[in-house]
Amino acid sequence: MSINPPPAAATVSLLALPRHQAARIEQVQDRTPEDRVSRRLRELGFVPGETVSVVATGPVGADPLLIQVGFTRFALRRQEAERVLVRLEQCP
Amino acid sequence: MSSLQVALVGNPNCGKTALFNRLTGSRQKVANYAGVTVERKEGQFTDAQGRLVRVLDLPGTYSLAATSPDEAITRDVCLGRMRGEARPDLLLCVVDATNLRLHLRFVLEVRQLGLPMVLALNCTDLAAKRGIGIDVARLEAALGLPVVPTVAVKAGGTQALVQRLSAALPAAPQPLAEGSDLHEAVNRILAAAVTMPRRTAVIDDQLDRVLLHPVAGLAILAAVMFLIFQAVFSWAEPLMGGIESLTALAGELVSTTLPAGLLQSLLVDGVIAGVGGVIVFLPQILILFLFILALEESGYLPRAAFLLDRFMVGAGLTGRSFIPLLSSFACAIPGIMATRTIQDPRDRIATILVAPLMTCSARLPIYALLIAAFIPTQTVWGVFNLQGLVLFSLYVFGIVSALAVAYAMKWWRRDKTEHTLLLELPSYRLPNPRDLLLGLWERAAIFIKRVGGIILALTVILWVLATFPAPPAGAIGPAIDYSFAGRIGHFMQPLFDPIGFNWQICIALIPGLAAREVAVSALATVYAIAAASDEAASELLSPLIAAQWGLPTALSLLAWYVFAPQCLSTLATIRRETDWRITAIATGYLFGLAYAASFVIYRIALALT
Repeated sequence: MSINPPPAAATVSLLALPRHQAARIEQVQDRTPEDRVSRRLRELGFVPGETVSVVATGPVGADPLLIQVGFTRFALRRQEAERVLVRLEQCP
Repeated sequence: MSSLQVALVGNPNCGKTALFNRLTGSRQKVANYAGVTVERKEGQFTDAQGRLVRVLDLPGTYSLAATSPDEAITRDVCLGRMRGEARPDLLLCVVDATNLRLHLRFVLEVRQLGLPMVLALNCTDLAAKRGIGIDVARLEAALGLPVVPTVAVKAGGTQALVQRLSAALPAAPQPLAEGSDLHEAVNRILAAAVTMPRRTAVIDDQLDRVLLHPVAGLAILAAVMFLIFQAVFSWAEPLMGGIESLTALAGELVSTTLPAGLLQSLLVDGVIAGVGGVIVFLPQILILFLFILALEESGYLPRAAFLLDRFMVGAGLTGRSFIPLLSSFACAIPGIMATRTIQDPRDRIATILVAPLMTCSARLPIYALLIAAFIPTQTVWGVFNLQGLVLFSLYVFGIVSALAVAYAMKWWRRDKTEHTLLLELPSYRLPNPRDLLLGLWERAAIFIKRVGGIILALTVILWVLATFPAPPAGAIGPAIDYSFAGRIGHFMQPLFDPIGFNWQICIALIPGLAAREVAVSALATVYAIAAASDEAASELLSPLIAAQWGLPTALSLLAWYVFAPQCLSTLATIRRETDWRITAIATGYLFGLAYAASFVIYRIALALT
């Protein structure tokens, strides 16, 4: 039995999101049962429907990523950002 | 009710501490919570009706599902489960009006506790500037809580809040149904009461583009750190000169008023020389803390953590270690205490273990003394002072060693489990001078309290050790050779002979265990008495050791001080933050490295000179 429902076809993780490209959060995946990292991410505002974008990346290996969510900017390491699945916003 | 117990709660970076400062001014008490080392800040003020209001500033928290010791404190105090803390009568919840989406979720979580609550809507000036419109009446209705707009950084910006707190306690809010989606509730509230044109401040975007740039950002960070060290060394000099002449003046005054003898010697060589030799380094500590506090307040420090995270992770640390480690440059004790903001226990212990390797300000007296005595004043490459460069390289030596030790610990553990960063980068803001001054005052008070008593006691003890027993009648050679101190120094000397320490240094190392800077006043006492000088001891010390020690000994002592845990207070703090095992590991590895480094440096220097 998997912990998460299978992601929709057009979703990617934050790692695959080009910089300054707005996207909408689909879900935050649990890696383990009772995943504390995912839980904290949700408490910080990483919830389905929120708009996010990658604002900057760290100087080495593009790690960590600076993510804008709502009004707030959080630095996430790659393995944390990988949990956040997003759907690209349609370009107008 | 004779007094009102208020607890301040809120997310990190909501302006809670500024609000606390504005409400309580300098009537603050900083201590620790019973049994844990999370800092407890309480202040008080008198409300409009003359009632005493006690305000407890709880640690910033994202959620009551705590993931770190300080978040657990906030949760336990709010729930009335904290030993030795009364459950607050009122929760004063603080939110940043420019960051409502994040902060309101926590408000709703706290609201579920069912305690009387008031919401302080802080930074309303910034929100207005950014065109964020907040309908306070609608927000109140939607939250079911009294909402008071505040501007904590402006005089009078909390007047309305004080008035609200003077009025009758609001009724406790009705909790939402169990299992409600708090994010959805926040979105409903925002839709009803808030209009916002843009998500973030333009200035943040522009600054982050430069300051977080992979090349420019790192270059700026390096420049900022270099500037700090140059400032600590050169700005402090006139102030230090002033304190030195005051000390000398006080010594002379006592010498001329009191008859020569034991009491005069105790006061001049023990008390005045010892205390003066320590206070003299207060300017450096204050300048360093001024920079650290300003960088913290402005929002730059988390940016530095962002830039350095990957490097730190490579070494087995975290970007969050950066702030505690930077604070350790002033003093390892606040630095080690600041590691409680690192949620991850492994990262936290690694940071604690290497924090003593950061060059704390208490080493500056030793470094400054040795550099002034052995390194010539000359200009290198037209701009840099050679003495400043040597000091800078000692700092770099400490940093590189810390990274190497952390890396060795990571390799030793072979730990593959996940460790998180999840670091908020707040909006940039101009540091408020008032908050800087209060912070500076707090640190200075801690330093003087910690150092003053210990050093005074030790200098007097050392004076006793160095004065008694008196040499026999007709003895030749310096009097200290016959004292207890001389005997202990000679006894220890064979152990330290391979690394080039003479017995005077060995004596100074003993009181220097209480705090590194004591070693300077100890050396001063040892040499002042040995030289039978009645002048201010510190002024004589530099040429004296330059004449009596070889360069290899000086370099060896410098290397010793990069590593040695010559500070019982640091070890006591590590013990309080962790356990005996970690404390023993820290003590053992630091002394081991110190001896090894001094040995290598001494031998190389001997071979080359």
